[in-house]
Amino acid sequence: MQVKVNKQDRKYEGDPQMPLMWYLRDELGLTGTKFGCGVGLCGACTVHVNGKAVRSCATSMKDVAGQAVTTIEGLSPDGNHPIQKAWRAENVPQCGYCQPGQIMQGAALLIENKKPSDEEIKSTMAGNICRCGCYQRIFAAVKAASKEA
Amino acid sequence: MKSFKNTIIENVSRRDLLKGVVSAGGLVLAVQFLPRDAVAGQNAADQYATGAGGMPGGAVWDPRVFVSIATDGTVSIITHRSEMGTGSRTSLPMAVADEMEADWSKVKIVQAPGDEQKYGNQDTDGSRSIRHFIQPMRACGAAARQMLEKAAAIAWSVPDTEVSAMNHFVVHTPSGKKMGYGELAAAAAALPTPELKRVTLKDPSEFRYIGKGNVQITDMRDITMGKAMYAQDISVPGMVYAVVARPPVVGGKVKSFDAAAAMKVPGVLKVVQIPATPAPAKFAPKGGVAVIAKNTWAALRGREALNVTWNDGPNADYDSDTFKAQMAANARKPGNVERNEGDVDAALAGAKKVIEREYYIPHGHHATMEPPAAVAKVAGGKAEVWACVQSPGGTRGDVAGAMGMKEADVTVNVTLLGGGFGRKSKCDFALEAALLSRDMGGTPVKVVWTREDDIQHGFYHSVSYQHVTAGLDANNKVVAWRHRSVSPSLMSNFMPDPKRESALELGLGLIDTPFNVPNLRLETGEAVSKTRIGWFRSVNNIPHAFAMQSMVAELAAELGRDPKDFLLEMIGPARIVDPRKTVTSELWNYGDPWETYPVDTGRLRRVVERAAKEAGWGRKLPAGHGMGIAVQRSFLTYVATVVEVAVDKDGTVSVPRVDTAIDAGFIVNPERVRSQVEGAAVMGLSIAKYTEITFKNGRVQQSNFGDYRVLRIGEGAMDVRTHIIANGIEVPSSGVGEPGVPPFAPAFTNAVFAATGKRIRNLPLGEQLSA
Repeated sequence: MQVKVNKQDRKYEGDPQMPLMWYLRDELGLTGTKFGCGVGLCGACTVHVNGKAVRSCATSMKDVAGQAVTTIEGLSPDGNHPIQKAWRAENVPQCGYCQPGQIMQGAALLIENKKPSDEEIKSTMAGNICRCGCYQRIFAAVKAASKEA
Repeated sequence: MKSFKNTIIENVSRRDLLKGVVSAGGLVLAVQFLPRDAVAGQNAADQYATGAGGMPGGAVWDPRVFVSIATDGTVSIITHRSEMGTGSRTSLPMAVADEMEADWSKVKIVQAPGDEQKYGNQDTDGSRSIRHFIQPMRACGAAARQMLEKAAAIAWSVPDTEVSAMNHFVVHTPSGKKMGYGELAAAAAALPTPELKRVTLKDPSEFRYIGKGNVQITDMRDITMGKAMYAQDISVPGMVYAVVARPPVVGGKVKSFDAAAAMKVPGVLKVVQIPATPAPAKFAPKGGVAVIAKNTWAALRGREALNVTWNDGPNADYDSDTFKAQMAANARKPGNVERNEGDVDAALAGAKKVIEREYYIPHGHHATMEPPAAVAKVAGGKAEVWACVQSPGGTRGDVAGAMGMKEADVTVNVTLLGGGFGRKSKCDFALEAALLSRDMGGTPVKVVWTREDDIQHGFYHSVSYQHVTAGLDANNKVVAWRHRSVSPSLMSNFMPDPKRESALELGLGLIDTPFNVPNLRLETGEAVSKTRIGWFRSVNNIPHAFAMQSMVAELAAELGRDPKDFLLEMIGPARIVDPRKTVTSELWNYGDPWETYPVDTGRLRRVVERAAKEAGWGRKLPAGHGMGIAVQRSFLTYVATVVEVAVDKDGTVSVPRVDTAIDAGFIVNPERVRSQVEGAAVMGLSIAKYTEITFKNGRVQQSNFGDYRVLRIGEGAMDVRTHIIANGIEVPSSGVGEPGVPPFAPAFTNAVFAATGKRIRNLPLGEQLSA
């Protein structure tokens, strides 16, 4: 099967049931997509498939055949997507582990909804857990990026 | 780094090449750092003793160990503590850079491998990084600055007094000519390291970065671009992947398994049994059966096929409900007296009113966003490990022990840690990787823990039952206070189970009870350990503070007093409380000297007053809202929190606002102090509302974030306001990573009481308000 990852065409011939996350991490070395729970409960593995946020740990390879996958590494060539800039301006991260998933979720929200309300930001970001507790800054960064966009 | 000639200090990766060149060596201080008058020309007030020297490896100050300068001017600074989110990887090198007048934009941070003899203690826990290392790191930077200045003075043939370092240059003041640090590096390297006595620290008015909060964490850009590397992300050439089926009951052993079925899964390479270690097992792996494969997915599928059966052993009877009842029974009986003042029995007998209350907090789990992981390569008599460990030095020793090697033959590379909170102080996962790589004949093996592995095979925050009795006299004064604490000890990992809290655990916010009550007795009751107990961010401070601060609020309610005023009355006047006089057991002050870090009720009062003032204590609140307050000295820091809750008709509680006042002595990085306080509120709210690990038939009943619920965005604590008590450099820096947690839960339940009249004595809150 074929899959496009960060604009590059890839051929995959392994187990079609393998979650996209393990393909990205173990086979392509795209470790910005993090392993957090394996069952779609924490959002650390969030990537975009055709511009929409999906949990790559709960998406099998057969489900992305012929699709375009974007990972945190492909979000912006220079790391200056508005949401990445907002993240730095708000000093969001502590340990940083969940942050690529948070950023990908926030970026997908802004593709879908350029001016999300406070409640829409919270309900969309609620699928992404941060144990360090950066939530108030995550919220502030998504909100700031939405003003920028 | 071009070559050693270009550096003033050895590059860590080339230390063997440079051996001998740096024979001047570092000064290892055995007991304390910067005793008074150790540094010439300094204000004695900013020198103080810490407990750094009492830790393995002690404190090392040596600019040749921590700093190197390349000819292009790049200053490399070693960070020897693990980064798990507190910011120490940035804050300590920032202090070095400030003292050496380095331009932060030209600084590169290099993570030290585990080597405590060389770098000093690396146990990144106990909220110690700034507390123990701000002074040695400042001294390293200042010494490097003096060497650069001296090199320039020699080059220009001018007196030392005419040169001064400024922002990556040394300037000749009379003429204005200057030389860059890169240009001076080789000459400075050739000079002897100044004696500590001749090292002149900056006056705080000259700080560029220390205390300013103007330096962003060094990994910020990598984190936001997905380039930051954690142990789960490490890949080395030829690496294979392993997952382990571990005994569900601590102390259990493998009875049978189907290796052939696992081997049938495409990609599976080998099935290996890992032996169990009898208790006390320290951080040895639990044992079990490992499946090694070409990728993680194949290893996971192979593990599913194993069909392991277990001999559970004696801990199979661990049942949280039964255990709670046993702890309650023990909390109602006289226990071991740990601190005793006056005559509690007589005072209670003569009291006008006696009030008894009990509080319960279940086991909790760290659930770091990065589940544990490690890569190891054990070949040719050497071991190399890459791991997300809080304890690089301890891990090195444990791997050496398990492999039968000398520590010199073991390298522990420290990755970033995707959260730590105490879980990653225990290196069982790194030991698993080393055992499996050896079994694979030296092939590098990555051990991946899944979330289920993490939640079911943790080192759990201890369950606890607290029984507090207070006696009131005819004037409604509290004349007796008896606090019995019952909780299995984490010392059971290291020694035969002491079956009660140890000195270390009592020191976590019980033995230093600051209340101004004439008759006071602190006791411990028996509780056996039936699982692996581990320290969790702020450890036993959580139950101790919950009981004490809830009880104070209950007494205030009983007497119709304002909870904040009554709390201040319980604390009493500003004074030094000295538990050394009245303890009957060993006393522990977070490993630091009482002289430097006493129990100062003046500082305790000040954070209470500050938090109350900032929160607008007593202001009119909307219907369904309530405010609660709590305070705790922990990790030598004073924190008071005011929580405002809003309870809706169906009993759902949100937290619209939190005001936290923190007095952590001199603040090195206020921006990261704020992030720690915000994070502590979120973790505190998780503890108060959701987190609970329970056991049935010896097995953990939770497995992932579906049944081990933690706080999500929008569920409260989104408006945390941090109020930092400003202190001069003469006030010793104390802990920050942990102290925000303990006061949160009681402030929250006190607020729930204010809003609803319902007193929560069993955590987590769960559905108690909707029932």
